[in-house]
Amino acid sequence: MTSHAYNFGFLDEYAKKEVRRAILKAIAIPGYQVPYASREMPMGRGFGTGGLQLTLALIGPDEIVKVIDQGSDDSVNAVNLRQFIEMTCPGVSTTTCTAECTLLQTRHRIPELPLTAEQIIVLQVPYPDPLVVVESSENKRKTMHGEADYSRLLVKLYEDIVKYDEITISHRYPTRINGHYVIDPSPIPRWDVAKLNNSAALLLFGAGREKKIYAVPPHTRAEPLVFSDVPFRVEDFRDEAGQRRVCARCGCANSFLDEFVGDAGNKTYQCSDSDWCDEQLQRAEQVQGVAA
Amino acid sequence: MNKILEVRNLGKIYGPGCPQCIDSTGPEADTNLCPHCDSLVAMHGVSFDLFEGEILGIMGESGSGKSTVVNTLYSEQAPSAGEAIFYDPVSAAEGGKSGKQHELFALNAAQQRWLRNHRFGMVYQNPQRGLNFNITAGGNIAERLLMSDLMDYGAIRERAKSLLARTEVLLSRVDDLPKNFSGGMQQRVQIAKALATRPPLLFLDEVTTGLDLSVQARILDLILEIQQELKTSMIVVTHDLGVIRLLTGRAIVMKYGRVIEAGLTDQILEDPQHAYTQRLVASAL
Repeated sequence: MTSHAYNFGFLDEYAKKEVRRAILKAIAIPGYQVPYASREMPMGRGFGTGGLQLTLALIGPDEIVKVIDQGSDDSVNAVNLRQFIEMTCPGVSTTTCTAECTLLQTRHRIPELPLTAEQIIVLQVPYPDPLVVVESSENKRKTMHGEADYSRLLVKLYEDIVKYDEITISHRYPTRINGHYVIDPSPIPRWDVAKLNNSAALLLFGAGREKKIYAVPPHTRAEPLVFSDVPFRVEDFRDEAGQRRVCARCGCANSFLDEFVGDAGNKTYQCSDSDWCDEQLQRAEQVQGVAA
Repeated sequence: MNKILEVRNLGKIYGPGCPQCIDSTGPEADTNLCPHCDSLVAMHGVSFDLFEGEILGIMGESGSGKSTVVNTLYSEQAPSAGEAIFYDPVSAAEGGKSGKQHELFALNAAQQRWLRNHRFGMVYQNPQRGLNFNITAGGNIAERLLMSDLMDYGAIRERAKSLLARTEVLLSRVDDLPKNFSGGMQQRVQIAKALATRPPLLFLDEVTTGLDLSVQARILDLILEIQQELKTSMIVVTHDLGVIRLLTGRAIVMKYGRVIEAGLTDQILEDPQHAYTQRLVASAL
């Protein structure tokens, strides 16, 4: 089948319209999970269909799209989604450069490079409701959200500190948006939670299987749930000697690192954000070139 | 003495209800089921006042509507009729700002929840209703404190420990799950949880039923001590005349959803007026 057999952006115009309306509502009520009719996509739910529908509803012919999976442009999920967008949106260009893109779809990371007001970031969400761990009834969860009743979530944090002396949530850290709704910011590491706060770019969250869209509008407060006397802590990447680990490839000492275990059981660390790593490498080479 | 709660003509009918419901039920009709429409008149025309630092007993057989009274006041269910005004002694002490009086049944769900979390406490007969068995004893108390907007981990921890110490739960068990506790201990944790926010009004629904006698006695002692200490107003629902005699200063007797007798506890127990109360007192061992 040729590509023009599809509507631009795969979804029909009514579907796009519905998603756009849900997006507008989500922006109007920061952190509120707006239900929408998640369409059947030509890939399994759980492979980023929520994020993809947001992307396809927002995409225009002159868009520059970047897709990442865990910070990388080259992993399977990112490559597949990028190819799907190229196939169904003729005229749209794709890039791996964070600074260049106007629309960025991501799975489980926010790029290291601060995003600008001209950019929109779309996050793929597996579990949109942070309350699901403490309350199984969606009806009750809705009431709890409405009344901003998150005490049971905080009890979970209390129990963590009692048992392990610190909060052990590594990703999907419950975050309060604009002083009311608490969201599940998708499985981004704690490192990225701070980037939600007062972001210049619009952040959109799409859960395809759970049929929910929510947003953190630009310049909106996003505070991780904490106790007043136990500050929020991000990954520090310190080794046994207390030294900050650096990327083995580019030498960057202020990025989120992935751990790689070698054949001999030796561990190396590398930037999770591949574009950031390339940029750092290039810059280092330029500096060296100038010096030579 | 200041009034803390004023209840007037409280009523609850389960079912469609018809104009004859009220006349054809009650102690005289010897039923609470309306023969015309099969509606259940769980309570009707219940009125009483509660004063600061007072313990009021509600007694009656099962199905007499005594728990319904407490459940509606704790906003677990809405009544079909009547009104209740809560005179907030805490906001009065803080300088009498507006909102000192709360018309309980006119509040929205969020306001009712606020009152439940900040001003009321409830202890159920079955600890499973009052406690979350999947989190620790300390966590249960923390939940209540977090609901009342205390956000300091250290303070929550301290308060949980002191409450459990006060209710004679071993401190070494703060971080154990309540499902591994004995029934009496679960009940004491539940009381600690209810008292966590130092509520001015506490509801106790058959708190000692099902516990053995020595445990019962210790829990009742604890309740009395706490009442002396904190001057908490309490409404005690029970079918146990011993509990009524030990705890309460005033009592009301209910049958088939109606109040058939009300007055000083001593007076009711020594000189019961209504035939049902007479039988109740006479049958007590």
